[in-house]
Amino acid sequence: MTAPILEVRNASKRFSKSLDFAAKLARRMGANVSEETVHAVDGVDLAIMPGEVVGLVGESGCGKSTLGRMVAGIMPPSDGSIIFEGVDIAGMDGAEARKAALEVQMIFQDPFASLNPRMRVEQIIGEAPLFHGIVSRAELSDYVDDIMRRTGLDPTLKRRYPHQFSGGQRQRIGIARALAVKPRFLVCDEAIAALDVSIQAQVINLFVDLREELDLTYLFISHDLSVVEHISDRVVIMYLGRVVESAPIADIFDAPNHPYTVALLNEAPRLDQRRRVFEPVKGEIPSPIDPPPGCHFHPRCPHAHARCSAERPVLREIAPGRLSACHLND
Amino acid sequence: MTPTLEVSGLHTHFFTRAGVVKAVDGVDFAIQPGEVMGLVGESGSGKSITGFSIIGLIDDPGRIVSGSIKLKGEELVGAPEDRMRSLRGNRIAMIFQDPMMTLNPVLRVDTQMVEAIRAHRKVSKREALAQCRDTLGMVGIPAPEERLRAYPHQLSGGMRQRVAIAIAFLNEPDVIIADEPTTALDVTIQSQIIFEAQKLCKRTGTSLIWITHDLAVVAGIADDINVMYAGRIVEAGGIDAVIDTPLHPYTVGLLGSVPTSNRRGERLTQIPGMPPNVLNLPEGCTFRERCPRASAECHVEPTIQQPRPGQRVRCFHPHLDEVTV
Repeated sequence: MTAPILEVRNASKRFSKSLDFAAKLARRMGANVSEETVHAVDGVDLAIMPGEVVGLVGESGCGKSTLGRMVAGIMPPSDGSIIFEGVDIAGMDGAEARKAALEVQMIFQDPFASLNPRMRVEQIIGEAPLFHGIVSRAELSDYVDDIMRRTGLDPTLKRRYPHQFSGGQRQRIGIARALAVKPRFLVCDEAIAALDVSIQAQVINLFVDLREELDLTYLFISHDLSVVEHISDRVVIMYLGRVVESAPIADIFDAPNHPYTVALLNEAPRLDQRRRVFEPVKGEIPSPIDPPPGCHFHPRCPHAHARCSAERPVLREIAPGRLSACHLND
Repeated sequence: MTPTLEVSGLHTHFFTRAGVVKAVDGVDFAIQPGEVMGLVGESGSGKSITGFSIIGLIDDPGRIVSGSIKLKGEELVGAPEDRMRSLRGNRIAMIFQDPMMTLNPVLRVDTQMVEAIRAHRKVSKREALAQCRDTLGMVGIPAPEERLRAYPHQLSGGMRQRVAIAIAFLNEPDVIIADEPTTALDVTIQSQIIFEAQKLCKRTGTSLIWITHDLAVVAGIADDINVMYAGRIVEAGGIDAVIDTPLHPYTVGLLGSVPTSNRRGERLTQIPGMPPNVLNLPEGCTFRERCPRASAECHVEPTIQQPRPGQRVRCFHPHLDEVTV
């Protein structure tokens, strides 16, 4: 068996709001004030094999973007470690750290906010490879042309600014910028969510083509199950900072295990289900500041029993290649 | 039976300094009482402007240039502002994508809801409050008594959208226009909202126009579907007919762009190019520059045909025989 290209080991990320002066004073006086902490990601393990496309699915506030940012090295984890090709990123230094950082690139959701409006497209794409010595200044122009063609952009437009492009083209510029440093691993955070349906299809096809051409590995973060189903090999489902289920694509859609996965699959609208009666799962997504004890899903779960509110279920193997965190499997 | 709402030949244009934007350029449809109609299109197709035209919220420099909008036989185009005001929120209501567009951030929920009732009916404050509480309960808000005294920012996104829906249903209107009401919400919350809207429409006989870009959502709730492209309805018909046997090349392309389970991992059919610039629409069929079937004939604007019963299309070369999706 080959070694994973990237591994997340028991990683957590907490965001704390420190107390302001008034609150500190109130605490001095004996008031019951404490710091608010959001457990955005709470002890997640994940291993991604070279060439694999992993879809990371969850609703807002489940920590999928935070996990993506930690994987891409933009944010250090509060606990646990991110391991790239067998080496902990946190322990790397100098040239080694820079090399690992280049290998993992990220594509953002909002093509309007993630491109510098004052830079021309050729600068946006060409800046990083020039700085990191991937191309010389003499070859830069041809290099940028080549990457633009590869991502379906017309190289004659490279002197333009981002605002002169449509949403779909801007997303292509974002992809071109990420590819310019020759990464092997792409983290796509809701990369197509802001695009129109017909443009979405173009960008999904681009991702599929690039994967084959450049032998890329993806972590594809999305709230849209049908998109994830289309391009991923394996799906990881998150709920309130924890992974609840992980399985190969066919298994999870044919026989979901965790009740939350079942609910998500039932409720996602599909083209072939007409005039259906929606049977929604009850309740709202709880606040990550004060998540429910035990299994985070138990207040909304139709199968919850006493143990669910007391003990956190462990993510464990229920069949070869399939992981689920639910007490019902015991 | 007179339809609840009948729109014919609607043209809404915006007269900007850069030129005339033909946002809505020929829209016809009719909705029966209790029917759910899905109005589908991509951004800039004019689907929202169609909704705004019906409820009479087109601001300068926009104007309804021609066409007619009839609510239970009453003409709304050119109706005096007083009349529109008494209909809006009463006989026609609208739900927006962002509930904060409907809700006033500095007023409590009860103030806003009572106002919406008392603007149209002479009832006491106490009665109005009781009705607000009932309606909030109907849209699935737990502890409506407490929520009534909350400010909008104290509610979650899903709760706010429920309040907006409750306000739309307060006066049991004839038509509700829902403009992308679930686009900003999570899947489990979206399904709760659709569930409540479906239930209320069935109960009150309200017709619903569901404006969205998401074909899968429309497939789930609508009886009829209208597909818009660059200001025009290019295809209309029953939901099963249009999704199973689409006629217009744009509808075929759109359906091909939606990932479904039976085509896992394959390339999606993509529509080449981009939607046209509304300031400078191509002559004739507006889709012809992206259309694989376009011919010289398409330089003339196609008229609406009805090649199959209950399914209308605006195209010279509809997909008649082949099974495409």
